[in-house]
Formats: sequence, C-alpha cells, structure tokens
Amino acid sequence: MSVLLAEQLLNGLQFGVMLFLLAAGLTLVFGIMGVINLAHGSLYMIGAFGAALVANATGSWWLALLAGLAAAALVGMAMEFVVLRRLYARDHLDQVLATFGLILFFNQGIILLFGRQPLFVDLPSWFSGAVEIVPGVPYPSYRLLIIAVGLLVAAGLYVLIQHTRIGMLVRAGATHREMVRALGVDIRLLYTLVFGLGALLAGLAGLMAGPVYNVQVGMGEQILILTFVVVVIGGIGSVRGALFGALLVGLTDTMLRGFVPGFLRGMLPPDQADALGASLSSMGVYLLMALVLLIRPRGLFPAHG
Amino acid sequence: MADTSLPEAMADAARTRGWRDRAILLVMFAAAAALPLIADAAGFPATTGIATQIACLAIAAASLNLILGHGGMVSFGHAAYFGLGGYAVGILWEHFRLGEPIFGLIPGSNQLLVTLPAAMLVAGLAALVIGALSLRTSGISFIMITLAFAQMVFFLFVGLKQYGGDDGLVVRRRNLVPGLDLREPAQMYWLCLGLLALWLWVLHRIVRSRFGRVLEGIRQSERRMAAIGIATYRYKLVAFVISGVGCGLAGALMVNYLRFASPEMMSWQRSGELMLMVILGGLGTTLGPVLGAGALVGLEYTLGGITEHWQFILGPILVLIVLFARGGLMSLLGYGRGRG
Repeated sequence: MSVLLAEQLLNGLQFGVMLFLLAAGLTLVFGIMGVINLAHGSLYMIGAFGAALVANATGSWWLALLAGLAAAALVGMAMEFVVLRRLYARDHLDQVLATFGLILFFNQGIILLFGRQPLFVDLPSWFSGAVEIVPGVPYPSYRLLIIAVGLLVAAGLYVLIQHTRIGMLVRAGATHREMVRALGVDIRLLYTLVFGLGALLAGLAGLMAGPVYNVQVGMGEQILILTFVVVVIGGIGSVRGALFGALLVGLTDTMLRGFVPGFLRGMLPPDQADALGASLSSMGVYLLMALVLLIRPRGLFPAHG
Repeated sequence: MADTSLPEAMADAARTRGWRDRAILLVMFAAAAALPLIADAAGFPATTGIATQIACLAIAAASLNLILGHGGMVSFGHAAYFGLGGYAVGILWEHFRLGEPIFGLIPGSNQLLVTLPAAMLVAGLAALVIGALSLRTSGISFIMITLAFAQMVFFLFVGLKQYGGDDGLVVRRRNLVPGLDLREPAQMYWLCLGLLALWLWVLHRIVRSRFGRVLEGIRQSERRMAAIGIATYRYKLVAFVISGVGCGLAGALMVNYLRFASPEMMSWQRSGELMLMVILGGLGTTLGPVLGAGALVGLEYTLGGITEHWQFILGPILVLIVLFARGGLMSLLGYGRGRG
C-alpha cells in the first residue's frame, strides 16, 4: 500500500509539473496581455508531434528536443503575429472564438499531415530504465527526469521573473499594464517575448509528454482544460499560483484515479466501478476548483491587488 | 435641438419600420413553415431534417444570447444544459422501456408533455447550482469556470455505464404528443419550429421588460447598476437559469429528433459552437441566433460536402469572421447594434 502510495505521489508530481509548464505560459499571457488563448493546447500538441516526427525519423533525442521546441516556438510566434496581436484590445468573447477557430485549424491540419492514428515514441535509451527510489520500489527514470526538468524550469522562471529586468517588466505589466506602456516600455516586444516563452514551455511539456502518453490529435485540449483549472485555482497572472495549483491538481487527479476505482469495487460490479471511478476522478479536480472559488473567488495567489 | 419635428419624424420612421419588420417576420415564419412541403416537392426531403436541427440549435443559441448578448456573461459551458435536457428525455425513455422507476421513485415516460418540462427543470436546476457558483467570478475566470463545470457534467455521463456511457443512449421511438405524430419528419419539424417561435417571443418579452433593461445595464456597467442599488448577482443568476432552461428544451427536442443522446452533446466543442452561432448571427438581437445557427449548420454541411477535413477551412473562416465582421449577419442586414 505504501509502495503504491509513493508511486502515485510521484506520478502526481510528474503530472503536476507538466501542468505547470502549460499553466505558466497561459497565466503569464492572461496576466500581461489580458488574452485568453485556447490554442495554447495546440502548441503543446505541435511540440509533441514535432519531436515525435524527428525522433522516429532520426532516432536522435537531442534533434527531437530541438525540433519540438522550434516547432512550438515558431508556430506560437506566427500565431501571435497573425491573429492574437489583433485581439489584445478585443473582449474575451472574440478571443475565445478566434482561438477556438485556431484549434479547429491546427487539429485538422495535424490530421491532414499525420492521420488520426496516435504516434508512439520510444524513451531515450539512457532514461528507459528504472531507479529504486526507496529500496524495493523501482520508478521509471524518465518520469523522474520530467519532474527534475519541471522543477528546474520553475526555479529558472522564479529567477527570471523576480531578479531580472525583463521579469520586473513582466511583473509590472501584470499589475499595471497601462502604466508600463505610459512609461515608455516597448510593450509589443515584451508581449512577443512572453508569448514566445509560453509557447516554448508548452512545446517542452508536449515533447516530454510524447513517450509517456500517446501523441495524438486532441491531446492539447484534454490537458488545456485542466490547465484552466490550475490557473483559476492558482489565481490568474500568478506564476507562483500556477506552480502551487498545478501540483495540487496533478496530485489530486492522480490520487483519485489511483484509489477511487478500487474503493468503488467494494460496492459495485467491476466494470461499472471502473467507469464510474474514472469519471468521478475526472470530476474531482473540478470539485476542488469549485471549493477554492467558494472560499477565494480570485484564486489562492491573486496577482492583481 | 431646435427642430421639434425631428423626434416626431423619427418616431414615425420607427413605427413604419416596426410594421415592415412585422410583415417580414410573418413572411419568414410562413416560408419556414412551408419548408417541408417545398423540400418534398423539390425532391430534397432531407432538408426538413437539417431544418429541424437548425431549429433546435437556434433555441439553444437564442437562450445563450440572453446572457451572452444581453447580459455580457461569456458562458463557455452551455452545452452542459443542452446535454442534460437531452439526457432527461433519454433516461426517462430508458426507464419507461425497462418499466422500472428512477431510484425506485420517478416512473419513466415517453410523453413529450412530461419529458419536455422535466428536461427544462433538470437543466434549470443544474444552471442554478453552476450559475450560483460561477457568478461569484467574472471575466476570464467566469469563462473557464463555466467550461470546467460543463466538463464535469460531461465526464459524469461518460462514466454512467447504465445509460450507455461513452457510447450514448438510444431512444428507440420519439416521444408521443396528443394530436401529432412525431415519426413524421414534417410534424417533428413543425413542433420544433413552433417552440422556437414561442421561445423567441418569450425571450423578446424578457429583454423588453424591466428585468431585461437591468440585464442590459449590467452588461454595460455592472458597477453603475450596483451603485443605483440593484442586487446584480440575483439578476444575473435568474438570467443564467432562464438560458439554461432554454438549452434544456433545445436538447430535449434534439434527442427526440436524433433518437439518440450522447456525452458528445455536452462536449466543450459544442459549447464553442453555440457561442459561434450567437456571434455569427449578431449578439443581442432576437433573430440573430437563428440566422447564426442556420449559417453554421449550413456551412458545416456545405464544407463537409467538399472535403472530410472541413474544419481545416472552417477554423480560418471563424478567425476572419471574428477579426473583420463585427456585429454578425444581423448587422449586415441593417439590424442590431455594433459591438464595443
């Protein structure tokens, strides 16, 4: 039982870290540009497909890493330049609809290029084994790598945002966008930088997700909606909130998935218990969000005021 | 200011325009009602079915328009109420077929006069609970929270194996109504069209009432409405529930038409499509959502006829519409208001 618990804790941490990589970009884009970008999940998908394509063609993990990051960043910048830039001054409704259109475009584009079959990616050879975290408890080293990368990115973002000039502008932009503009900062450049950073992180999450989950169309939206939950729980515009919310959601989701079906099996026939357990665990994070909102309508770490 | 005849002339013009609009409306309704006869005569009987779907979706879009266009609340989860209304019909049918009451209490039914009110009640109750929680927030949070709650309902129905789970629930025969035979495509269509007209009239009355004025005021400036002593939360919640009830009605009709309910009805894509219909037609107009529903379904059928990958074309079209065609189809026809 405690072995299972340890494993599930690590799985939850790993999932939380992935959510954080997406939520950090999303929350910065919300906070600074006031834009809700539904197509953020598409960048995650594009990163995954770019990396999977190159990994399967060349067998080189490093080239795949580069390809995934480059694909996500390039598509992200094109997206900002062609569509999103025109939406900054619009209301949220327009932003939702235009980026909804982008999702349809990207999903169908991926189907045109790769078909509907999921792609499978092998683990990089030197991370395909398992590590004994505690004696007798093996854990896949690749998942540990994801956790390490995610925590490193979190630390890097902390330094970037709290201790550099760009970070200062980002923080200022999140609290008083108009004032930053009035003080003569090139806000367009800042927007592009922040958006590019968000795209890069989404691509990173996507390419790391490749070997763990299936690389398929629609993968972006599944995780995007959970990312929304993370951002709402953490407080819009707050990277610290995104980290905390992501870990909370990742752990809650994984724990529920791990233990609820087993719990229900005591009361229902197995197939019904599994199905109901899966859907109850899917609902769990949304209940958590509702609870947080009841107590703190602006999230746990509100960035504004 | 000096010319007193100007307001009178404007009032006159408005009156003339009002009569003209009513005449146009009457002609449109007559044409819509005659559609099955024309479709049969022209040799396109399938058109009646498409028109039935448009009528159902138009009821849902018009309901969403009440809070989106008139109340300024961007709900990204209205497919949930659409689906709940649909499942109310499906589940009542399932228990009617099995002959065992729901939870041993509520008997199943295949009577439309029972299932429609039940669907509206269920959807309204769900909207009351979800709305009460979601309306504590606004702006981006509100969008994401309504989306998240809709996902929650979606996952609940995916997991309910006794009602088909992922595969959905088949309703073998359409509900019974005294005086109508819904197995006839034309009669099913007339039912939907009639209810659409009735619901549009109800919504129109609501928008024109004091309640509707307050709602419009909240859209323009909630702070101002609060400052003049109006408890805005209550008004928003009531509007949210009314729009949920309308979506429930639409879903119930849709399941009767398709004879099938599935979690797909409450997917987030469906919520997005409902919003699109409202925007496409024209926010805050009575007939806009109907035009929008017609345009989107028409576009999907047309593009779907050209290529399997029609979404690849539809996506950019949507982006272009949002970027360049503000005010929707109604503003192209010279009605409605611009957005700002």
